[in-house]
Amino acid sequence: MSHFKTVLDAYNWDDTLQSIYNKTAEDVKRALGKDKRDLEDFKALISPAAKPYLESMAQQSQQLTKKRFGNTIQMYAPMYLSNECQNICTYCGFSMTNKIPRRTLTDAEILKETAFLKSKGYDHILLVTGEANRTVGVQYLKHAIALIRSQFSNITIEVQPLDQDEYELLISQGLYAVLVYQETYHRDAYKKHHPKGKKSNFDYRLDTPDRLGKAGIHKIGLGSLYGLEDWRADSFFTALHFKHLQKTYWKTKYSMSFPRLRPFSGGLEPKVEMTDSDLVQLICAFRLLDEDLELSMSTRESEVFRDHIVNLGITSISAESKTNPGGYVVEKQSLEQFEISDERSTESFTKMLKSKGLEVVWKDWENNWQ
Amino acid sequence: MKTDNLTIADKTFQSRLFTGTGKFSNSKIMRDAIRASESELVTVALKRVNATDLGDDILTHLNHPSIHLLPNTSGVRTAEEAVFAAQLSREALHTNWVKLEIHPDPKYLLPDPIETLKAAEMLVKAGFVVMPYIHADPVLCKRLEDVGVQCVMPLGAPIGSNKGLKTLDFLEIIIAQSNVPVIVDAGIGSPSHAAQAMELGADAVLVNTAIAVSQNPIAMGTAFKLAVEAGRLAYNAKLAPPKNTAEASSPLTSFLNL
Ligand code: SF4
Repeated sequence: MSHFKTVLDAYNWDDTLQSIYNKTAEDVKRALGKDKRDLEDFKALISPAAKPYLESMAQQSQQLTKKRFGNTIQMYAPMYLSNECQNICTYCGFSMTNKIPRRTLTDAEILKETAFLKSKGYDHILLVTGEANRTVGVQYLKHAIALIRSQFSNITIEVQPLDQDEYELLISQGLYAVLVYQETYHRDAYKKHHPKGKKSNFDYRLDTPDRLGKAGIHKIGLGSLYGLEDWRADSFFTALHFKHLQKTYWKTKYSMSFPRLRPFSGGLEPKVEMTDSDLVQLICAFRLLDEDLELSMSTRESEVFRDHIVNLGITSISAESKTNPGGYVVEKQSLEQFEISDERSTESFTKMLKSKGLEVVWKDWENNWQ
Repeated sequence: MKTDNLTIADKTFQSRLFTGTGKFSNSKIMRDAIRASESELVTVALKRVNATDLGDDILTHLNHPSIHLLPNTSGVRTAEEAVFAAQLSREALHTNWVKLEIHPDPKYLLPDPIETLKAAEMLVKAGFVVMPYIHADPVLCKRLEDVGVQCVMPLGAPIGSNKGLKTLDFLEIIIAQSNVPVIVDAGIGSPSHAAQAMELGADAVLVNTAIAVSQNPIAMGTAFKLAVEAGRLAYNAKLAPPKNTAEASSPLTSFLNL
């Protein structure tokens, strides 16, 4: 089985970027006219040449999403277990050198937080930590999953990359999905933004979805952090990564997220701006590339943006999120990883969804099936 | 034109047309038709040849440097029988390539997916290059890929039916997600069917009856050669889209204030 590293090594960043910028209106029209699209079509759809066709892309994206997912939207909630981290990432509030009070939730605190999320109706939970293997290593995660397993039908994690046998262990405990973003596929930029800690190993992170696939995970979430490098090249490589995985680990489901750099304590300005219209273009391009792909949206984005994007291709979404450990009830004021933008309550957010004719889905997995 | 080669295991083929040896009126016409088709991979039914006889009619006629023999296990009904047949053919024909065919049903000759998967796993472990003939079942194709086959050979329509690509929707899925070459086998009854399979993105096609049973097998061999080349060229040249850009009805992106 080939690993994605071999695939990626065959590409050159600058040439790829150039080929995206070279796409013409004809290429875009051809891509729009097809039933099944390949990565060249994807390049056309994310290119500047596609800008005048954004409305057509949105229309098609909406139709394809409705065809495959119906008028539904899946709700999930992130829960931060710890803000301890042994890495330096230039864009993150949890970065090791940031002088903030660190905390990791105890069992009692985890249960308080989950009780709050349950009271709001959440049944799919996303557990998040920084990368601190000693405090929040695989044993801590295993314990946390066991602690809350009976409360949630679907448990996903977004934590440090683990080894294959560690994933196997967590899957056997009831782990459903893992989100792991490469941040950027540009090796030099990656190095610059991850100067220290385990995360600075580009290849180990790149290989994580392959390890997950081999471990037999149900779902893998991919994404890039948009703002570090040119979003067009990064999103192309994310699509390439997704296609490789989909062909190789065909029993696994995939989801895509679209985090844009957000303000945080000690903030980094995005090198490349990704506008709202760019983001809409990218979301639609992913939908046109694959109608079955889950597209996920966090509360990083604004109210207005989220109100519209739920009709354009997004299939799962969070609301009222806190990005600090204990943020829901235990310690509301602890320092967050990044500022959220849409601060509406779950109730008012789901009301908006219903007003748009969408069914709000809370449970879409049965945790006994593993 | 033929720079776009196809590689399977350790062999590279210039031609993407694979042929068979059944149903020809005699071995000489078979040979001439295969030469005209420029096919480089030719399947022979082990049950039909006398492999220990150096003068076997079919084998003698296929003795040509550019033609590779692909023994098939046609006639077997179980995985165990298929493995046995493959071992026999490896000894007799000095090739570790095998076209795995298991069809216990004598009427339609439809492949048995369960026995095929079992046999494929055993044969791969025993060092064979396995080319399984199967239904156009996308999940079965992935399961076969997982056990290590070198290509998959989904059917277009029941064998010998000449009906074309009745399994089109499933072939599309198989081609889209396969990591190994996809060779459309069975059902191809005319050059246009072969061209269609190639336009779709199939890596090769296997044609036997349509050439062997035609009034002029030699001319038909040439016709298939050209059709496969045309289909492949069209695939590489990227077909023009069948429909126009969707027109906006009610603006979904007006909130962006573009
Ligand atoms: S992004 Fe993750 S690894 Fe990097 S500093 Fe933040 S929490 Fe740590």
